[in-house]
Amino acid sequence: MTAPASPTKVRGETILSVNHLVKHFPITQGVLLKKKVGAVKAVDGVSFELRRGETLGIVGESGCGKSTLARLLMRLEKPTAGRATLAGRDLFSTSGAELRRIRRNMQMVMQDPYTSLNPRMTVGDIIGEPFEIHPEAAPKGSRQRRVQELLDVVGLNPEHINRYPHQFSGGQRQRIGIARALALRPEVIVCDEPVSALDVSIQAQVINLLEQLQDEFGLSYIFIAHDLSVVRHISDRIAVMYLGRIVEIGTEDEIYERATHPYTQALLSAAPVPDPDAREHRTVIRLKGDVPSPADPPSGCHFRTRCWKAQEICAVQDPQTVLRAADPHPSACHFAELRPGV
Amino acid sequence: MSQHAVRPTPASPTPPGGHLLEVRDLHVEFRTGEGVAKVINGVSYHLDPGETLAVLGESGSGKSVTAQAIMGILDTPPAHISSGQILYQGRDLLGLSEEQRRQVRGKEIAMIFQDALSALNPVFPVGWQIGETLRQRLGMSRADARRRAVELMDLVQIPGAAKRLGDYPHQFSGGMRQRVMIAMALAMEPKLLIADEPTTALDVTVQAQIMDLLADLRRDLDMAMILITHDLGVVADVADRIAVMYAGRIVEHADVRSLYRAPAHPYTKGLLASIPRLDQRGGKLSTIQGLPPNLMRIPSGCPFHPRCPYAQQVCVDVVPHDLVLGDGRTSACHFAQEVRDDRAS
Repeated sequence: MTAPASPTKVRGETILSVNHLVKHFPITQGVLLKKKVGAVKAVDGVSFELRRGETLGIVGESGCGKSTLARLLMRLEKPTAGRATLAGRDLFSTSGAELRRIRRNMQMVMQDPYTSLNPRMTVGDIIGEPFEIHPEAAPKGSRQRRVQELLDVVGLNPEHINRYPHQFSGGQRQRIGIARALALRPEVIVCDEPVSALDVSIQAQVINLLEQLQDEFGLSYIFIAHDLSVVRHISDRIAVMYLGRIVEIGTEDEIYERATHPYTQALLSAAPVPDPDAREHRTVIRLKGDVPSPADPPSGCHFRTRCWKAQEICAVQDPQTVLRAADPHPSACHFAELRPGV
Repeated sequence: MSQHAVRPTPASPTPPGGHLLEVRDLHVEFRTGEGVAKVINGVSYHLDPGETLAVLGESGSGKSVTAQAIMGILDTPPAHISSGQILYQGRDLLGLSEEQRRQVRGKEIAMIFQDALSALNPVFPVGWQIGETLRQRLGMSRADARRRAVELMDLVQIPGAAKRLGDYPHQFSGGMRQRVMIAMALAMEPKLLIADEPTTALDVTVQAQIMDLLADLRRDLDMAMILITHDLGVVADVADRIAVMYAGRIVEHADVRSLYRAPAHPYTKGLLASIPRLDQRGGKLSTIQGLPPNLMRIPSGCPFHPRCPYAQQVCVDVVPHDLVLGDGRTSACHFAQEVRDDRAS
């Protein structure tokens, strides 16, 4: 297999840059004259950078906006405000042929390997479909060979090119999804919960495959997941989202060992650890209540309604995701500090 | 632990002070148009009053089907219990009439499910749904059922219970819906609660709340609990004992601590090694090769042998019996001791 992308490019330079991205879904009332009565603030001012060859993990609970963020980056949704550039090119202002060129460079792996593959298409057609839109990526005569190469790269039997998705297991289907994402030799792949539908023993196989492909082709990943252990395993840097905002972002070590935002601390402490001996010397921070509705987020800090540190200032002043004295990585808390005794 | 029936024993009344529930050599098959899928192939386990047993397995391992057989809610057809016994307080549930089983269901054994949204009826208020059991089964008046429903909702810590009686399931968050379902299950004060993946659909912080609630209720009401899950983390947090299932069999059965310290079945060992850890950053994850078997064509001998790094010829030829290990554990592996003592991997 020849390398699809040249992995020679310098690791560390920014490939994707996102600036104050906002997506508000309008809530309307009435049938004919739809009146806007509010907005679901799914993504509410998100900024980050993705460097070449790195994996940026995005964690958060349901409704925090992580999947909307993925859809925005793929331009499946139109942002309300904000900017993003991929390899220097503006992601949101382009259209037509220019947009197609940009899209070629960024592909997506979906969560559910059962519904994200068309049951009436053969595996060869599914993986080869991107070539219909981007004929320049593979000349017509060489497509079948290219699809077989891709099957081989993701660890499937190239002879199964004419089989249908239902003939594959969940883990194998996710491999098909990955092969489709690789078809156009993108530099960035957005993985939206790629292993959460898989069984434990299969999950590890797919994670290893993603890591191996990253090394082989110099890919950059945005890895969205709710499983904190999986995210720690695969990510170089991690962004923690809560109600449409990034509340803390840092290296794997900064987030998992030296978190300063109370939400990150609570999230990490609540994750079950597969070690019965940890039961005693583990103190779990119990958060009260549920995540508020993104249609009506609390004023000031979005987390303050569940936070044990909340003071008056938290209701009034919106904490910025900036470097805090407690530890030199960005955290959006007025009272950012390391968790004592951990 | 020591009196755990490893092999099927002849039917005999449970000794006084014996097990609350005992499943003996249960076999369940699904008869479909494409053939017979052997879903449960000789499962035996027991549960004492107040105890928490975790049944761990991946999809298709038979962990939920066993629970449905205990509850008597298997879809028949296609499911068919071909042999075995399910003894509740010494009485074989499989020998009871549907009317007699109805008396056990809810009152003695109750169950909660993974997806509370589809387990609740969307067109009735939750208070009415919790009260329905009380009216139907205990013949309570509407007013009494209402009052008791509020108590139950308080018990499961739904804030403002009295005000939320008239709300519909969609007006509750995922965690709150799960609490509603727990309240319904507790309505008849069962002695055994079967929780089938109760927190799988929930977020981490809410999962912690629900597992806490279940642990508190179990202690306060002195219930036994069977926790069905695929999550090794949840098991480590709450269970006393654990039964690991693979291809319709229990491959390993042990108290939680010994199992996590030194798994004695290659499948358990593989599972534990393949999960990424929150408290450490690892390199390459070790994996279990291959796929779980097709239940219509279960491999000969040990069903795990095609994926097993320890497999020898004997594993292909001979079905391993439960090997009793010294500390009251069992493992259905020809090389159980070697696996347990092999700390290298």
